[in-house]
Amino acid sequence: MSASDNYEAASAGASDRVAEFEDTRRGPVQKFHHALHQTPSLVPLIVLVLSIAVFGVLLGSKFFSPFALTLILQQVQIVGIVGAAQSLVILTAGIDLSVGAIMVLSSVVMGQFTFRYGLPPEVAIAAGLMCGTLMGFINGFLVARMKLPPFIVTLGMWQIVLATNFLYSANETIRSQEIATSAPLLQLFGTKFNIAGAVFTVGVIFMVLLVLILAYVLRHTAWGRHVYAVGDDPEAAELSGVNVTRTLITVYMLSGLICAFAGWALIGRIGSVSPTSGQLANIESITAVVIGGISLFGGRGSILGMLFGALIVGVFSLGLRLLGADAQWTYLLIGVLIILAVAVDQWIRKVAA
Amino acid sequence: MTPILEGKGLVKRYGRVTALDNCDFDLMPGEILAVIGDNGAGKSTLIKAVSGAVAPDAGEVFLEGAPVRFHSPIDARNAGIETVYQTLAMSPALSIADNMFMGRELRKPGFRGSILRQLDRSTMERIAREKLSELGLMTIQNINQAVETLSGGQRQGVAVARAAAFGSKVIILDEPTAALGVKESRRVLDLIQDVRARGIPIILISHNMPHVFEVADRIHVHRLGKRICVVDPKACTMSDAVALMTGAMEPNEIAA
Repeated sequence: MSASDNYEAASAGASDRVAEFEDTRRGPVQKFHHALHQTPSLVPLIVLVLSIAVFGVLLGSKFFSPFALTLILQQVQIVGIVGAAQSLVILTAGIDLSVGAIMVLSSVVMGQFTFRYGLPPEVAIAAGLMCGTLMGFINGFLVARMKLPPFIVTLGMWQIVLATNFLYSANETIRSQEIATSAPLLQLFGTKFNIAGAVFTVGVIFMVLLVLILAYVLRHTAWGRHVYAVGDDPEAAELSGVNVTRTLITVYMLSGLICAFAGWALIGRIGSVSPTSGQLANIESITAVVIGGISLFGGRGSILGMLFGALIVGVFSLGLRLLGADAQWTYLLIGVLIILAVAVDQWIRKVAA
Repeated sequence: MTPILEGKGLVKRYGRVTALDNCDFDLMPGEILAVIGDNGAGKSTLIKAVSGAVAPDAGEVFLEGAPVRFHSPIDARNAGIETVYQTLAMSPALSIADNMFMGRELRKPGFRGSILRQLDRSTMERIAREKLSELGLMTIQNINQAVETLSGGQRQGVAVARAAAFGSKVIILDEPTAALGVKESRRVLDLIQDVRARGIPIILISHNMPHVFEVADRIHVHRLGKRICVVDPKACTMSDAVALMTGAMEPNEIAA
């Protein structure tokens, strides 16, 4: 080699210290920003605690009682369960508009299989759960294999599943009393129990357990890490050895299964099997996810945040109702929260730290 | 001697563009083979074809003499071929340790791993830290840092460390020093020679002629979608190599 190739020797005497991360610019704002980047569910948690505190001060014991606070849990259980399904899909940078329709169709299948075909409720419930999983599989197959945009796929499936639901059920409601006498298992999720004035239902417990289990799965299993990697950058995930197609299909299948459980919980909540119920579940679940700080661009956020988001909506609804405000104020404030949540998400994603 | 990795008559077309035109390729055991060529000559497509990222339209790939057909990079990885892509293929929001073990996570021993499928975070973090300090490429304080908080050079270092840690038969490096400073490049070149000393052959794609001539045993010159010749870096000069890859010189002029 010629002498000119010896340019590297010039750095021989240099210090061996490479880039070091001296935290000199760490004001409170940067620290806060860093904490948010590490723990994205912190924002909704803070908002939740603040809103409970504010309504507690304004309304006193009318709001700040075990009964009222657990009433919120009961009111958000369906959104919370569907929101868990929605979170999984949104973490992969997708969106599922068909969650509500899958939930209702699954509950209708459970009801009709029991009452039209006279099958044991256990079998009918299993059929409903399989129905939801199958709908999820169709979504996942179209997204992962046919490479269609999730928005379009689930927009189409929303209409298809909803129409199937009305055609199959002939728009017929199965009444609560009928279910209570001949197939109480369908109403299992509505079973209530009192603990010192606080009222819990099986549905509420299920929602909390589901979120905790999913939080564990997403954080501590390979599959969970793959969900994040796929949402972050599907090409990079594929090149670094993740089976992107399989991950996406399992996410949509799991989402469908969870929606079917939501359908079961819906029967417990409203008592009857009604093909017209739960029409807003898709929008409400997306609202919970967004307020909960999960990025619509995928790969960021935690499912606990979704639960906090759903609870924030519940706190606002009940709090404003108890204050005697027009229900439109709730929608207005939720709209403001959605936009604020996305603004905060954009700020967190700027990795200035 | 059978080549460890060989391609015969590889063809890949993207619409009307022919990226690989009946291209041959071979990598001998224990060697460092550099692949050089102008922009758009089809180097990256060649590498993707032998590493499973694209399926060639025609032609065959042989690993240790046996025909193989990789349907995805996972297949190639399972066969012991590790690739560092130009894009680095990392998930920015995930940590360094998560990225290094992506797709081959370790689970906890016993019940927590087999039933609860729990990841063995501490072992993965320890190995990741060891591999990075082996490379000596960077001072990273926290192995749980998200990759997006690293500089470009540090990211490249992580990607190279990942390949070096897991490659058992072949390691492919696509522009491994492109984003690195002088000292970091030196460490990567040292690492390349370390890996060869362990007996693992390397394919190095680079535009940096001094680096290529320093480490390569043979140089595969790629032009217009095919291999036009293989030269010995000790028998030719950098300007010859550049003349060959740009078409300013015909291969037979120096074939002797």
